[in-house]
Amino acid sequence: MRYFCGILITLILAAATPLQASDMEAYDYPFVNPLEATVVGTPTVYRADIPRRDPIREHSLTIFEDREVPKVFWYSSRLQFSLAAQRGKAPLIFVIAGTGGSYKSPKVVNMQRAFHQAGFHSIAISSPTHMNFIINASSTSVPGRIEEDAEDIYRVMEKAYQSVSSRVSVSEFYLTGYSLGGSQSAFLAKLDETRQTFNFKKVLIINPSVSLYNSVRILDQMLADTVGTEPGAFNSYLGRVVRSFLTAYDRSEPLDFNEDFLYQIYKKRVPTEAKLAALIGFSFRISSSNMAFTSDVMSRFGLVVPSDQVLRTTDSTTPYFEQLLRTSFMDYFDEFFYPYHQARNPSLTRDRLIDELSLKSIETYLRGAEKIAMTTNDDDIILAPGEVDWLREVFGSRAKIWPTGGHCGNMEHKDFVAYMVNYFKK
Amino acid sequence: MTSQLAFKSIRKVIPVLGLVLLMLTIYALPLAAQKAPDQRKLTDPSAAGFEPAMDVYDPWEGWNRGVYKFNYGFDKFVFLPLVRGYQFIVPETGRKGVTNFFSNLSEVQNFANNLMQGKIEGCVNSVFRFAFNSTLGLGGLMDPATDMGFPEWKEDFGQTMGVWGVGPGPYMVLPVLGPSSLRDAGGLAVDAVVNSLWRDFLINEGTDWSTSTEDKVKWSLTGLQILNTRSNVAFRYYGTGSPFEYELIKFLYLKNRQILVEQ
Repeated sequence: MRYFCGILITLILAAATPLQASDMEAYDYPFVNPLEATVVGTPTVYRADIPRRDPIREHSLTIFEDREVPKVFWYSSRLQFSLAAQRGKAPLIFVIAGTGGSYKSPKVVNMQRAFHQAGFHSIAISSPTHMNFIINASSTSVPGRIEEDAEDIYRVMEKAYQSVSSRVSVSEFYLTGYSLGGSQSAFLAKLDETRQTFNFKKVLIINPSVSLYNSVRILDQMLADTVGTEPGAFNSYLGRVVRSFLTAYDRSEPLDFNEDFLYQIYKKRVPTEAKLAALIGFSFRISSSNMAFTSDVMSRFGLVVPSDQVLRTTDSTTPYFEQLLRTSFMDYFDEFFYPYHQARNPSLTRDRLIDELSLKSIETYLRGAEKIAMTTNDDDIILAPGEVDWLREVFGSRAKIWPTGGHCGNMEHKDFVAYMVNYFKK
Repeated sequence: MTSQLAFKSIRKVIPVLGLVLLMLTIYALPLAAQKAPDQRKLTDPSAAGFEPAMDVYDPWEGWNRGVYKFNYGFDKFVFLPLVRGYQFIVPETGRKGVTNFFSNLSEVQNFANNLMQGKIEGCVNSVFRFAFNSTLGLGGLMDPATDMGFPEWKEDFGQTMGVWGVGPGPYMVLPVLGPSSLRDAGGLAVDAVVNSLWRDFLINEGTDWSTSTEDKVKWSLTGLQILNTRSNVAFRYYGTGSPFEYELIKFLYLKNRQILVEQ
């Protein structure tokens, strides 16, 4: 009997062991609601174990010697970026932040730490939609045309690398970016084929937007649907958001009025009846207000700031903010973005501009570019119907599509970080 | 943070204040009137139903923005280097103890303001906290009271005036101290006087030090408290990546105070 029990136990254990192992490997990202995933991100227990010791150093440089920074932006007069360097020779990964994000936004810092732990150098660059980039490194002052943005980023990469080249010994160059930075990475990879400064060996595109136009329309709609159009609706919405934000905000955490603004509310208190979509839309609205104002001042276009007005450091900017908070991205597109770029290029039609803002415009290149891999989530909220399938089809075996995670919500998940690091390691 | 500006100490601060004011004047000039900006065509602000979302009373905006800029410089060249030195010398557990110590001293302020607002529960909370933390918490260095069910319940004279029906008045950015309002700045001064009288009472009655030793201790405590307070706040001027940081901070500050007063 004892013998029999022994065999039975052995059998059970033998059967259980592989099962357990596959359980361990199963992707256990906790949120199935993509909006919740996008806002809450990855709870600590599911995160990759990355050392907190900070290898990241900040640097700054001047991109255009002859550019005069307006007084109102006196505090942002040099382009900032960061470097996390290894002691010895190693590959260097460029990291491009998402919409409105800076080189020190939490997602970027997390990536840099993971890459550092795995033995890579990394240089992080703010999104061309971040005010510091627009002021110092945007050639047009009005970012959004991905091809032009890629040229601007490429220039920054060259100068940034040049300025730190004495501190790092680089074996080869890699590139990655998430969200808008993912889309830009695709265009950067293409640009690099002709410029060949870096000859990127590997490029990883994370949660890209397929069509920028579609993505911003979705984000616009998220805010519009909840807030409504009746008088006073926006103010009462704002009041509610701010109230929840303030009760959750912890003063020991830095304020960042960009991509993750307001998301802090739900890091501590998961919402019962959440207006998650509106929150995402509002966060995006703050980002786009920041961008539109900076572009308006830099280009002297006159969207909200009269083109002949010179703002001083003590002048109020509140009326412009009021206007931009109420400006949807579609309005921005039709009143500023399209007219501005059409004025520079009279034959540019609205439809052609929209086509340019899409990965589909470089589909042939992407299909053949073996060095590019793409990862996204099946439920990414910034993708329009059919776009995940398009990505899956175009990238084929180079695509890794997670079942859940919303828009970039799973980027700190241990499986995601392992995938990301392994892609560059193998 | 100003809680240590005792009456007799003010005399010593005057030269410093004079310098600060001079620098502020240089920073904040010129304050000439600016012309009203054009507005986007889509949303006409004069149209029916348009209410500004961030309609905050800020008549001294030019001056405030100048002070805001001054604070950035002060932070960068004076305050933060000192804070980094403090964080380097005193380990995290030590800083926690310092935070607890000053929080314990401020229970008198919490008690008085709770009382003036008629919040008896808050008064009781303060009494228990002070009793437990001063004894079991080794003179306030630790905070066992929170675990015993008496969490910190902060009240200040700005809030008290708010409860009495005094509005915030004009928004103010104070030198070094940052966002405030006319009401809250007044409240801060009152609390500072109360706190310093209470602290001086403890030192004068509780020790038999000489007057010069007492003065040194008082000044050291003041410095320590200021460093510790700044060390606990992660905010960096112009660090949010938004050109509308001034507006957003102003709005969040006043909304936060409004919520605290309503609570």
